[in-house]
Amino acid sequence: MSVLGLVFSNPELYGSTLAMATPLALGALGGTFSERTGVVNIAMEGIMLVGAFFGVMAAASSHSAWVGLLAGVVAGGLISLALAWPAVRLQSDQVILGMAINLFAAGLTAFLLNTVYGFGGTPISTPQLPQLTIPILNNIPFLGAVLGQQNVVVYLMILLVIIGHFFLFHTNLGLRMRAVGEHPEAADTVGINVVRIRYFGVLIGGMMSGLAGVYLSIGMLNSFEVNMTDGRGYIALAAMIFGKWTPFGSLGAALLFGFATAVSFSLQNYGVSANLIGILPYALTIVALTGVIGRSKAPAADGLPYEPSK
Amino acid sequence: MSKRMQNLMLPLLAVITGLILGGIIMWISGYKPINAYIALFQGAFGNPVFIANTIAGAIPLILTSLGIAIAFRTGLFNIGAEGQYWIGAMVGTWIGYNFPHLPWYIHIPFALIGAMLAGGIWGGLIPGLAKAFVGAHEVITTMMMSYIAILIGHFMLERGPMMAPGYNPQSPLVSPTATLPTLISNSNLSAGIFIAIAAIIVVYLVLFHTTFGYRLRTVGYNPMAAKYAGMNVPLFTIYSLGLSGVLAGLGGAVQIMGVDHQLTDTFSSGYGYTAIVVSLLARNNPIAIFFASVFFSALSTGSQVMQINSGVSPNMTDVITGVIIFFVATDKLYSYFRGRFRRTAKAQSEQKGVSLS
Amino acid sequence: MAILEIRNLRKVFGSVIANDEVNLSLEAGETHAILGENGAGKSTLIKMISGLYKPDAGQILLNGVEQHFANPRDAILAGIGVVHQHFMLIPALSVAENVVLGSEGSRFLFRKKDAIEKVLRISKELGLPLDPAIKVQDLPVGMQQRVEIVKALYRNARILILDEPTAVLTPQETEELFAVVRRLNQDQIPVIFISHKLDEVREIADRITVMRAGKSVNTMPVADATAKELAQLMVGREVVLETIKTPAQTGNVVLSVEGLSVRDDRKMTRVKNVSFDVRTGEIFGIAGVDGNGQTELVEAIVGLRKLEGGKILFLDKDITAESVSGRIHRGIGYVPQDRQRDGLVLPFTVADNLILRSVGNQPFSKSGWLQKKSTRASAEKLIKEFDIRPPLADAQAVSLSGGNQQKVILAREMSREPQLLIAVQPTRGLDVGAIEGIHRHLLSLCEQGKAVLLVSLELEEIMQLSDRIGVMHAGELVTVMDAKKATRETLGLAMTGERVEEGVAP
Repeated sequence: MSVLGLVFSNPELYGSTLAMATPLALGALGGTFSERTGVVNIAMEGIMLVGAFFGVMAAASSHSAWVGLLAGVVAGGLISLALAWPAVRLQSDQVILGMAINLFAAGLTAFLLNTVYGFGGTPISTPQLPQLTIPILNNIPFLGAVLGQQNVVVYLMILLVIIGHFFLFHTNLGLRMRAVGEHPEAADTVGINVVRIRYFGVLIGGMMSGLAGVYLSIGMLNSFEVNMTDGRGYIALAAMIFGKWTPFGSLGAALLFGFATAVSFSLQNYGVSANLIGILPYALTIVALTGVIGRSKAPAADGLPYEPSK
Repeated sequence: MSKRMQNLMLPLLAVITGLILGGIIMWISGYKPINAYIALFQGAFGNPVFIANTIAGAIPLILTSLGIAIAFRTGLFNIGAEGQYWIGAMVGTWIGYNFPHLPWYIHIPFALIGAMLAGGIWGGLIPGLAKAFVGAHEVITTMMMSYIAILIGHFMLERGPMMAPGYNPQSPLVSPTATLPTLISNSNLSAGIFIAIAAIIVVYLVLFHTTFGYRLRTVGYNPMAAKYAGMNVPLFTIYSLGLSGVLAGLGGAVQIMGVDHQLTDTFSSGYGYTAIVVSLLARNNPIAIFFASVFFSALSTGSQVMQINSGVSPNMTDVITGVIIFFVATDKLYSYFRGRFRRTAKAQSEQKGVSLS
Repeated sequence: MAILEIRNLRKVFGSVIANDEVNLSLEAGETHAILGENGAGKSTLIKMISGLYKPDAGQILLNGVEQHFANPRDAILAGIGVVHQHFMLIPALSVAENVVLGSEGSRFLFRKKDAIEKVLRISKELGLPLDPAIKVQDLPVGMQQRVEIVKALYRNARILILDEPTAVLTPQETEELFAVVRRLNQDQIPVIFISHKLDEVREIADRITVMRAGKSVNTMPVADATAKELAQLMVGREVVLETIKTPAQTGNVVLSVEGLSVRDDRKMTRVKNVSFDVRTGEIFGIAGVDGNGQTELVEAIVGLRKLEGGKILFLDKDITAESVSGRIHRGIGYVPQDRQRDGLVLPFTVADNLILRSVGNQPFSKSGWLQKKSTRASAEKLIKEFDIRPPLADAQAVSLSGGNQQKVILAREMSREPQLLIAVQPTRGLDVGAIEGIHRHLLSLCEQGKAVLLVSLELEEIMQLSDRIGVMHAGELVTVMDAKKATRETLGLAMTGERVEEGVAP
C-alpha cells in the first residue's frame, strides 16, 4: 500500500482528528452562542487559556479532575463577563475588548503559573479527566478505534453540539437569541430583553470556551504551559465563521481543521510541512467570507452595540 | 472637558488604571508592587544602554502602529499587522542575504522597499479588495491573512527554502550591505530609529497636510459625505489597508536589518498586537504614537530587570497591557460612573427621535 | 365609549415641544386618520401610544381606563398593535418565527410546525394569506407589511396603528392594504392611519384628525372634509407673505432634464419620464409630498444614482455619464437633505468642511499639499459673509447648531460659484432666523444670475422663493406653473396627483 494509503486507512488518524477537533469545536460553539446574540467574540483564545489554567489549578489542589473541569468552565464564564458587560452596557468596541481579554489572559495565566508554581510548572500529580470506553462501540472494527475510546470531554463536546443546535433552533430562548443578533430593535419592540439575552449568550459561550481550555490542560495533558492554546482560539473563530455560525457547521469545520492537523502530524515524517497544511483553516475562512464557495454571513447585528429604548 | 483634554486624559487614566490593577494583582500574589515598578523603570531607563534598548524596542512598534493608525483613521481595523510585519521581515531577510554584492545604498533601500511592497500587498490587496467589493469584514480577513503569513514564515525556516544550513529553524544572516548600523554599542539601537522618526513625520504630513490624507480621513469619518463630495470610497479603502501593510512590512524589515539580522522561528513576540494597543492609546495621532511606543517598549525591556530584582514574572506587563486596552475600549466607563453618560445618551437618542418625526 | 382616548397629551424634548394638547378618540370599527405635515408631531404621538416614549403630561385611556406604559411590551399586552414605518421584522427569520417571536405560546420548546400552523390559521381567519415558512427577506414590501399586521393581531391587538403605511408601497400594494383595513374594521378592530397624503386619507378614513405644529387642530368626519379644507388645516392659516422675490431675469437654460427615469435601491421606478429646464437667474421649486421621487431625481442629477432612461444636459453638455466629481467641477452645487449624514464631516473643523468639495483645487492645495493658510483665510471670509457662529474656523462642525451647520454647507457650495445650486430641504429643522438667512442667500444667488433647483416639502418655502414651481406625484412631474399664479390650493391639489388646469405642460 502506498504511504498515503497507509496514513489514511489508519483509524488512529480519525481518532486523533476527533481529539484535535474537540477544543476547536467547543471554542467555535462558544463563539456561535455569543455572536448569535450579536456580540462579536474574538476572545476565545484568552478564555480558553483562563479555563485551562484554572482547570489545572483547581484539579491539582482538590485532587479531582472534575472539580478542575467545573472551575475551568466557571472561570471561562467569569472572564467572558469582561466582554459582555462593556459590550452590552457601555456600547464598547467588541473587537478591542476581545483583544484586551486575549492579552490579559495570556499575561495573567503566564504570570500566575510562574507565581503559583514557580519554574517547576504545574504539579505532576495533577489528575486528568478520564478516557471513556464505550462498551459496544469500542468493539466495532475501525469505528471503535475512532469513537470507542476518547476523553470524556470529546463526548461532552459532541453532546454539547447537539444540545446547542437543538437549543438555538428548537427552543423559544434560542429563537429569541437569534432575533436579538439579527435585529435587536425588533426584538425589543416585542418585549424581548436584549440586554439579558446578550449576557446569556456571551456567558454560555465563555463557559464553552472555558471547557475547551479545560480539555487542553487536564483532558489531553495534566499540566498547564504558557500559551498552551497556541492559536486554537483563532482557529475556533475561523471554524465558527466557516461553519456559518451554526453548531453543526462549527463541528464540521472543526473536524476539517482537526483532520488537517492530524494529517500533518502523520505526514510530517514523510516531509510534508505541517505549517503549510496549517494554513488551510485560515485560507478556507477567507474563501468562505469572500463568497467563492457559498458566502458566509454573520448575524446582521453582530458587533453592533444596542441601547435599549428605556 | 474639551475634546483635546479628553484625548489626553482618557489614555492617561487607562494607563494609570492598568498600573494600579497590575499592582493589586502583584500585591495579592505576595510581591511588592512599588519595588517592582521601580525595578521596571530602572530596567527601561536606568542607564544609557537600557534607554537605547527601550528606544530600539519602540522602533517596530512605531512603524507598525503608524500603519494601524492610518487604517483606523479610515474607519478600518487592521488586526493582522502581525502577519504583515512577518511578511516584511521575510522579504527583507530574503533580499538581505541574497544580494551581497550590491552596494549598501542600493541594498538597504531595495530590501526596505521590497518589504514594504510585500506588506502592502498582504495587508491591502486581499483584505482591501475583499472589503471594497464583497464587504468581507477586514477584522477577520486581516487576522486570517496574518496567521497565513506566520505559518508561511515558519514553513520557510523549518526545513523550508529560507533555512540556513544546520538544524536550527533560522535564516542565513543578512549581508552587511543590508544591515542598519548600530548607534550605541552593546545596545540594539540601530539607524532604524531614523526610519521610524521619518515615518512619523511622513505619516503626519500625509495625513494632515496633503489632499490624499484629507480624503483618507474624510472617507474614514463619513463615507457618505465622501461619496457626496465625489470621492472614490472603495479605492481609499484599499489605499488605507495597503498603506497600513506597507508600514507594518517596513517595521518587520527594519527589525531584521537593525537588530535580529536573521529571521528565526521566534521572531516577533506579538509586536503586531501591541502595535494595535499603541495606536488605540495614542488615539491614532502619529506623534503620540512615538510616546506610546516607548511606553510599551519600556514595559517590555524593563520587565527583565523587574523579574531579576523583585521576582515578578515579566508576563505581568501583558496583564497591564490587557487592562490598559480594556480601559481604552471602555472609555465611557469614567463618565458612566459619574452618572453623566446615561443622561446625555438619553437626551441624544431623544433628539434623534424628534428629527425623525 | 371610545376604545382609545387621548387627552391633552404633551411631550417635550429639551426646548422642542413635540406634542402639546393632543386629543384623539378612537371608536370601535373606525379608521381614524391622523393627517399632518412632516414634523407635525405624528410620530411622537405614536411612540407615546406604543410605549416607546413616556408622555410629560396628559392621559392615554383604553376603554376608559388610564394606561401608563413603561415599555412597548406593556402596550402590546394592553392590545395596541403598531406597524412602524420602518418594519420591525427580522429578515433572516421566517414569517412564522417573526410573527410569534416573544410570544411563542409554549413554555420552552419552539415547535416550528406549530408556529407555522398557528400563523397559517390566523392569516386565513383574517383573510391575509401568507406563506409562513418563507423567510421575510424573500418577501416584497407589501407582504412584509402584511406580516407586521398579522404579527400585531397574533398578539391580540384590539387597536391597530399604521404609521405612514403607504410610504413604501406601490399603488397596487396600497389598494390591497386598504382592503385589509376595511376588513379589520368589519371585525370591529379600529385602525389609526397616519399619513400626510391627502388623497389616501380621504379614501380610507372614516374620521380625520389634523395635526399641526405638535397639536391636534381638528377632528372631522371624512365626508365633511374637502381636500382644500384639509390642506389648509395642515399647513395653517394663510400667511400674508411679503414678496421678497424680485421677478427673475431669466436667461439661458442651465440644466435640462429630458425624459428622466430613475429606480430606487429596490429596483422600483421612482422617477418616471420627468423633463424640465432650469434657467439662469431663476429658482425652480419642486414641491410634493415626501417619497414621490424627489430624492431619486436629485440623486440622479448630482450623479449618485444611475439612470434608467433619459438624459441630463448641463450648460448644453450631456453629463449623463459623468461622475459625481466631474459634475462638481462643471459647476453643480449641492445642499443635501441630511446635512449631518451627507453634507458634513462632523469631527472636522469648519475650515476643513468648507473645502470638502474643492480640496483638490487651488488655492486650497498645491500639487497635493494642503494650503492651510488659504483654507483658513477663505474660511474666515466665509464665516463672516455667512455669519457662521461661533466665528471660529477651528471649531468642530459637530459643535455647531443645526442652522450654523447648514450655513457651513451653503457657504461651501456657494463659494464654489456654481452655475446651478441644488438645495434639498435646506431649512429643515431650523429656527426662523436661520431660515430667513438661508433664503436670503438662495435669492442672492439667482440675483447673480445663477440657477437654483429647490426641493422642499414646505409649500410655504417653495411659494416664497420660486419663480416656477413643479409638483411631483408618484414619480411624475404632474405640473409646472408660474409661481405668481400658484396658490396653496392649486399646489395642494397637484400634490395629490390631480392635473391642474392652469398648469403649463412641462
